[in-house]
Amino acid sequence: MKKFSVKTIVAIGIGAALFFVLGRFVAIPSPVPNTSISVQYGLLAFLSVVYGPLAGALVGLIGHTLIDFSNGWGIWWSWIIASGVFGLLMGLAAKVLKMNEAEIGKKGLIKFNIAQVVCHLVCWMVIAPVLDVYMMGEPWDKLIAQGLMSGIANAVTTAIVGSLLCVAYAATKTKAGSLTKE
Amino acid sequence: MTNLFNYIDRPSPIHRLTGASKLVCLIAWSVAAMTSFYTPLLVALTVAALVLFRVAKLRAKDISFMLGIMIVYIALNNVLIFLFSPNHGTELYGSRTVLIPLPGRYDITAEQLFYHLNVILKNACTIPIVLLFICTTNPSEFAASLNRIGVSYRVSYAVALALRYIPDVQREYHDISLAQQARGTEMSKKASLINRLKAASSILIPLILSSMDRIETISNAMELRGFGKEKKRTWYSARPFSKADIAGMVVCLLLVVLSLLLTYLNGGRYYNPFMK
Amino acid sequence: MKKEPIISFENFGFQYTAQAEPTLYDINLTIHKGEKVLIAGPSGCGKSTLAHCINGLIPNSYPGKTTGRLTIGGKDALKLDLFGLSKIVGTVLQDSDGQFIGLTVAEDIAFALENDCIPTKEMHEQVEKIAELVDVKGVLGHAPHEISGGQKQRVGLGGVMVGKVDVLLFDEPLANLDPATGKQAIVLIDEIQKRTGCAVIIIEHRVEDVLYRPVDRVVLMGDGRVLYDGGPDELLCQDLLPRNGIREPLYVTALKYAGVTLTPDMRPSYLPELKLSEEQKRQVHTWFSQQPQAPRPPLGDVLLNAENIDFTYAGGHHALKGISAIVHKGEMLSIVGTNGAGKSTFSKVICGFEKPQSGVLELNGIDLSTLSIKERADHIGYVMQNPNQMISKTQIFDEVALGLRNRGVSEEEIRPRVEEALKICGLYPFRNWPVSALSYGQKKRVTIASILVLKPEMILLDEPTAGQDLKHYTEIMDFLSELNRQGVTVVLITHDMHLMLEYTPRAVVFNAGQVIADKSAAEVLNSPEIVEAAHLKETSLYHLSALCGIDDPEEFTRRFIARDREVRV
Repeated sequence: MKKFSVKTIVAIGIGAALFFVLGRFVAIPSPVPNTSISVQYGLLAFLSVVYGPLAGALVGLIGHTLIDFSNGWGIWWSWIIASGVFGLLMGLAAKVLKMNEAEIGKKGLIKFNIAQVVCHLVCWMVIAPVLDVYMMGEPWDKLIAQGLMSGIANAVTTAIVGSLLCVAYAATKTKAGSLTKE
Repeated sequence: MTNLFNYIDRPSPIHRLTGASKLVCLIAWSVAAMTSFYTPLLVALTVAALVLFRVAKLRAKDISFMLGIMIVYIALNNVLIFLFSPNHGTELYGSRTVLIPLPGRYDITAEQLFYHLNVILKNACTIPIVLLFICTTNPSEFAASLNRIGVSYRVSYAVALALRYIPDVQREYHDISLAQQARGTEMSKKASLINRLKAASSILIPLILSSMDRIETISNAMELRGFGKEKKRTWYSARPFSKADIAGMVVCLLLVVLSLLLTYLNGGRYYNPFMK
Repeated sequence: MKKEPIISFENFGFQYTAQAEPTLYDINLTIHKGEKVLIAGPSGCGKSTLAHCINGLIPNSYPGKTTGRLTIGGKDALKLDLFGLSKIVGTVLQDSDGQFIGLTVAEDIAFALENDCIPTKEMHEQVEKIAELVDVKGVLGHAPHEISGGQKQRVGLGGVMVGKVDVLLFDEPLANLDPATGKQAIVLIDEIQKRTGCAVIIIEHRVEDVLYRPVDRVVLMGDGRVLYDGGPDELLCQDLLPRNGIREPLYVTALKYAGVTLTPDMRPSYLPELKLSEEQKRQVHTWFSQQPQAPRPPLGDVLLNAENIDFTYAGGHHALKGISAIVHKGEMLSIVGTNGAGKSTFSKVICGFEKPQSGVLELNGIDLSTLSIKERADHIGYVMQNPNQMISKTQIFDEVALGLRNRGVSEEEIRPRVEEALKICGLYPFRNWPVSALSYGQKKRVTIASILVLKPEMILLDEPTAGQDLKHYTEIMDFLSELNRQGVTVVLITHDMHLMLEYTPRAVVFNAGQVIADKSAAEVLNSPEIVEAAHLKETSLYHLSALCGIDDPEEFTRRFIARDREVRV
């Protein structure tokens, strides 16, 4: 494995801390009773684009493991791995599609959203259920329904939160030289 | 805020084990429980987990909150399974013993109940071990332990950084969210879902962008103090393995072997009491 | 005996890759072993860049072009990597939360040792020793958020001292500390230097606070050049500091106003040893009696009335113990006190972020407890310390309009209101710019504009000038005074003694959840008991008036401030 720069290490640590805080404490009520929306996947998609696939994978793995540690429901390796894979895939997609996070335009946003929807479907409809079937022996029907629910919910939050983050980040990179006072 | 992970500092034989050996045990135990559906083994593991709880001097009230979440979670999970696949047990065990006939496909069968018992046992034998690990391991030892079991020290330190900055991020989130609410940002049920997400973004954007500024400061601080120079590093909170550590790890690794062996001898993952 | 040099710049220059102009020009500067040097200068003068060159972040983390030579510890510094340099120079950063990397105090001190692969057992012994030296032994197992700002800085110092470095470099060590803690930090730095014999470099624009303990040399920088390099006494006899946007020690300015000619042998850089002749003391006396009596502004009607506010956090921390205070209409008021004294909690209670368990809170006679956070914000605007934490839109116009849009105001009404707020804040020419193109001070104004647009009767600002140099400080504060003159009531939460003296006629002092004083700022700073209890710092004017036998230090302070404002306008 290639050696991470210190900056990437810090980005993974801070990214995981953000992922944790958003996942654990930011509960936005969802239409379905007793469930809340996970805004952290919008963050994860954004960080993976900026810091690359390995950083994205580790933010997802570490952040999700800490959330499971802190809640009482045990560690769900299948879902943790799916979070890590989501970060990995988004980072790879950003490279393959040549997304430039510093000046993301309409085209960039479309790429970002296509990539995130595909990655979410792969993670929650394929990876998480397959692992759950193998590890926990749970029935397919239930897992697919669950995966579909979370896949859609996560894709919607990523579309809004992730896109807004990308736009805001790109705006911070604007050069002052191109502006005039009116 | 100070104790997000519920570490309870109370001397016991389990507390005395090093974080690294407990981490190995946790992983081995989880693997053993996950690979197997051999019911007697699951029962044995559950009983053992509860015994270890006593050894660690943990009391029910220490973890009552987490225990509550766990019970609700297990219950919900089982309800969902039953709703979606009421005949999963029948398919698995290849027989059908109806106990209570119900309309549609929702007959309650002995096979389905036995399958549910297995699912509950699988949760019941791993969740206590996770709680045990969290309650008896000082978070300071997490990173050192990961490094000890072979994770690169750079990645291990990312874990330590996450733990270090969670309280800071949390406080910042809280402050930003209050200032946004004062300006009229609405996150409660009064707003539509899309507006709620947009509102959340108005808090997340300043939070995340200012955190990204912080990344540079921290990485400078770390490099100025020599992080990343050597191929390895030592840890202030690392402790040498004792005999108990080694014994614990050996036992847990044997559990994995046992679990695999039972699956092999059983000729399948599922222990089947219905087969005559 | 000539001292051995440890750092020497020869005709040194530096230009960041991304910038069109060099940041440092032709620097010639030598720092010797065991010396204590203060490097002062306004923001943007190149002093931080100089520090980056010394600790190796330049060129290792910030690339650019260098000219000339830089020798550190007898080696060519530009060829040393960060790690090589970190063995010679230990840096304590300004941001103490960024500096504090470990999960606990002990782990943070051990951080450099861990990176050096020191065996764990030996590490424990060394950490113990260092902890004793910087006096944090009692909190070794504590997490960073469980200790005070002063302790955090001690840990930061301990963390670089374990490396047995020859040079200790402090980047703005006073920026985040309350006045009394800052004083202790300067004392600690002085003691550590005496004990270890390290060279100490302090980068700071608060010259008076650093001079609380003597320094060997002051280097003044401006526009990327060294403007002065010599003894502190000689520097204070000239007017180089104020000319370059740095505040001189107040007593020095006062002496100059009084017409006293300063000479180096009077020791003007170290107040306890300042020597004044009888003639000079008379000069100060005469000046004092000739200055007109400072005006005391009349108080308006009651705007905000807080009575017996009591508040305990969910965790059991009793933060406010029966607070009573009044804010008058049209007033500019400061709330001061140590971290944890209850100032911030009180402002949260006023804004409705926290609900007090008992007490009355009224605005214009209306009970605030019936209003939601959002409704209160129509009357009381709250501005956070760090503008980056408030700004959530990318365009300036949208950011200022956010509060109105959230309140469902129509777009036709929004435009003129936003433009008016932008005009008041001097941002109208930038209205179509992205926020990111603005400076820190301008961003601060955007956040104030975004609050003003809701037309509150009162605005509450948390540390509005933290980390700003004299120029930006004056800019922000003059802007706030102007707002105040236009009728907005302004309440400031601050650590800055000078801000409170110069701009706010009245100060409410918090300590341990109680109000211990509610008087004029000059009175507060001239009463040693309040100063001591609230972790403030007496102004040096108090000592000067005592030295000259003036028995009304408060009035002396007031007249000095009135005169100083005339001079600076």
